[in-house]
Amino acid sequence: MIKTPILQVDNLNKSFGGVRAIRQVSFDLMPGELLGVIGPNGSGKTTLVNLITRFVKPTSGTVAFKGQKISHLPPYKIVRLGIARTFQMVKPFYHLPAYKNMIIPLYSPRMKQLAGGRYGDRDAIALDLLEEVGFERDSHVAYKPAGALPQGYLKRLELAKALALEPDLFILDELFSGLSLAEVASIVPIIEKIRLQGKTIIMIEHRLKELFRIADRIIVMNNGQKIADGLAEEVMENEAVKSAYLGAEAD
Amino acid sequence: MKKRKERIDRGIKARSSDIFALLSWREMLYLSAPRMLPIIGCLTLPLILGPYWQKVLLSVAVFALLAISWDILAQTGMVSLGQALFFGVGAYCAGVMNHYFGLSPFITLPVASVLGGLICTLLLLPVLRLRGIYFSMVTLIIPLMMVRVIEATKVFGGTEGLSGMTPLPSIWIELYLVIAVLLAALFGFRRMMDSDYGLILKGISDNDRSVINAGINIYQFKAQALFIAGSIGSFCGAFMTHVYMFVGMPVFALDYSILPIAAAVVGGPGTLAGAALGAFLLVPMSEALRGLGGLRIVLYGVFLVIFIIALPEGIFHYMQRKYQQFERWVEVEK
Amino acid sequence: MFIGTTLYALINTSILALMAIGFNLTFGISGVANFAYGAIYILAAYCIWGMINLLQLPYLLAVAIAVLGNMVLGALIYRFVLLRIRGQALSEVIATFGIGLAILELFSYFGWVGFEYTLPVFSDRSFIIAGTYIDFQRIAIAGFAAVLIFGLWIFTHHTSVGLAFRGIAQDERTALTFGIDSDRIGALSVSIGAGLAALAALFIIPLGSISPGEGYDVLIKALAVCIIGGLGSTGGVVLASFIVGFAERFTDTYIGSHWTMIVSLAAILIVLTVKPSGLLGKQKELEERI
Repeated sequence: MIKTPILQVDNLNKSFGGVRAIRQVSFDLMPGELLGVIGPNGSGKTTLVNLITRFVKPTSGTVAFKGQKISHLPPYKIVRLGIARTFQMVKPFYHLPAYKNMIIPLYSPRMKQLAGGRYGDRDAIALDLLEEVGFERDSHVAYKPAGALPQGYLKRLELAKALALEPDLFILDELFSGLSLAEVASIVPIIEKIRLQGKTIIMIEHRLKELFRIADRIIVMNNGQKIADGLAEEVMENEAVKSAYLGAEAD
Repeated sequence: MKKRKERIDRGIKARSSDIFALLSWREMLYLSAPRMLPIIGCLTLPLILGPYWQKVLLSVAVFALLAISWDILAQTGMVSLGQALFFGVGAYCAGVMNHYFGLSPFITLPVASVLGGLICTLLLLPVLRLRGIYFSMVTLIIPLMMVRVIEATKVFGGTEGLSGMTPLPSIWIELYLVIAVLLAALFGFRRMMDSDYGLILKGISDNDRSVINAGINIYQFKAQALFIAGSIGSFCGAFMTHVYMFVGMPVFALDYSILPIAAAVVGGPGTLAGAALGAFLLVPMSEALRGLGGLRIVLYGVFLVIFIIALPEGIFHYMQRKYQQFERWVEVEK
Repeated sequence: MFIGTTLYALINTSILALMAIGFNLTFGISGVANFAYGAIYILAAYCIWGMINLLQLPYLLAVAIAVLGNMVLGALIYRFVLLRIRGQALSEVIATFGIGLAILELFSYFGWVGFEYTLPVFSDRSFIIAGTYIDFQRIAIAGFAAVLIFGLWIFTHHTSVGLAFRGIAQDERTALTFGIDSDRIGALSVSIGAGLAALAALFIIPLGSISPGEGYDVLIKALAVCIIGGLGSTGGVVLASFIVGFAERFTDTYIGSHWTMIVSLAAILIVLTVKPSGLLGKQKELEERI
């Protein structure tokens, strides 16, 4: 069977006022692929995510998910089709315990569509999901107010919220940023587990080393344009990529 | 020597909130007293008070309901400056039904509540997409414009208003009806805001992107909150129409917008109970200050500013803290 | 009749723009929605009136004192009230609304309402333009509105303080790193807004009289214009003033004066349905609506 792309981004453009944040970006994504998106700061990575999930309206161009055009749908409907994202800036409900933060995705209409995935009351499901992302059961972490959790756990909570929606496509926006090496190392297996379930993942990252170890394919963005697309080794050999990175971040 | 204030949950609070088996009468009393006291108070007050203060109690209950309605909206992230819209729409609904069709108050009250809620929701539907200050601005404008609309179109009696409504059978029915509704709304909606549904509503005001990101249509939820708040407000309007036996342009007056906000801010926003408590403090106070005339509203304005700056949590949170925690000073540095 | 209506519509546009520009400027720079704006407008009018009629001060001195006094008041409101609740939109709205309420209701308590409570016109002369009778005051209003808007444009695009304003408006945190003191700019923005309210009162009040009710009207009109035009956008204020100004005059002439407010209400609801951020409101695209 010839696989059809799960996500088709076609000629996407976005300008804010006079600034062209995204210029003619196109790419296809096959089911089960793990795509890494890298690029210097301000190269339009997060805007790209916002355009796919339509938190920002594209100026022109289309996005199709499973063959269906989604770039005209409101964001909540896109989520219901099976695209879940995490945010770069985690902003949980600080006064609520971690497991109560899970109520919001678990209240989603997508839960009813899936019908039968999980049983039990929402609190119980929330605790199960949190355990999956590394909130040790029987410890007190899941019951602590989110405001008292360290950054590593907040990122896991963010991941658990996406997991709760059982999406087919995960978009993880800088999941690793602000985490220690040990914390990253403990999250990587979770992502690999998601991948083994056949889910498609897009990861926006600055932590290139960790990303290259798990990504199938890398897209490099610079100044709102896609400047390279391919395997990690190929991409890093690309002259345009070298100059973009060396020019912007000489380290 | 530097000190900091440490706050620790009282033992009784920790025991009675987590452990399901209550160990003693004292603990049961600790849990139930804050709930039973207002109920008993509300039910006995009408019996003690004289006719004049009974009327005051009526308006206390009505303003408490309006404040609860404001607080539900505020918790959903919609700060309304125009509760008078809800009040006025409900008042006109009941007035029209009673005046033109001769329906009894026991029909107009529930119908006007639902219908008024619907009308307000439809009227504010375009505004639902707005956040923060935008919503407040529009809600401030709309009731004031409604007055002009009625003036211009001369509908429903125009500037004269409609009079000769059927009153409720007796003051006792009036009192106990509004008190029953108040208590039901207070406890019912408090429970609702603590449920998962309420959590979604609060989530919309805290971080709406994360709610959208769960595939939830926030406008649907906002419209529902608006309908709930609109219905409560409309009930108040409909009720007062039958009490005053009159409905006219004053139902859109600024008073019905300001006093509920003042009550919620003074009492403590975000709990509903605080809003009701605020009404129980402010309305009788304003009656006691009747001699000051217009100066009362000046005082409300000043109160608003002082409470927002000095005690932004409101009286209810303060009392709650004192009830559930004890405080002591601890040395942090010599 | 058509030309006359058009001329008066232009003047109405200028009045609306004058009323809204101060509110809009404050919001555009520091994000403070100053709901005490209408009260400040009336306060300035009463101050000028009091100084002229009760203290017998010369006109220009009274005006200067009132405008400066208003600016100081604006700064004080920022320093002692808004600064403590900065960033909490809800509290800012309620606090400024409370201040406005206290000021306006204090005046209605004094009962200073009536025909004698008004400010002098600049000149008694009047002109006949294209067969329409127009008094000097109305021409002054139109002229002043045009000069003010042009001046503001120059100020925000070509002076360092103005550029700092725009910096703060666009990105407060980045502006902070460039050494712009956001609290001082915030205080200045409220202060300038209040000063503009005083100037607007100086020009507009002579057409009618001073009353506390007028204060609520000014606030509502300013809000209506800003909402339609898009909060914080000067171009939006001008555009919205034209729309509301013309709509009001033409309904007044051809339909009936009672209907003018309905037209504004309808305009607000329609604009919000079609474009929730207002006609020219763009920068808050992500923050204010999704």
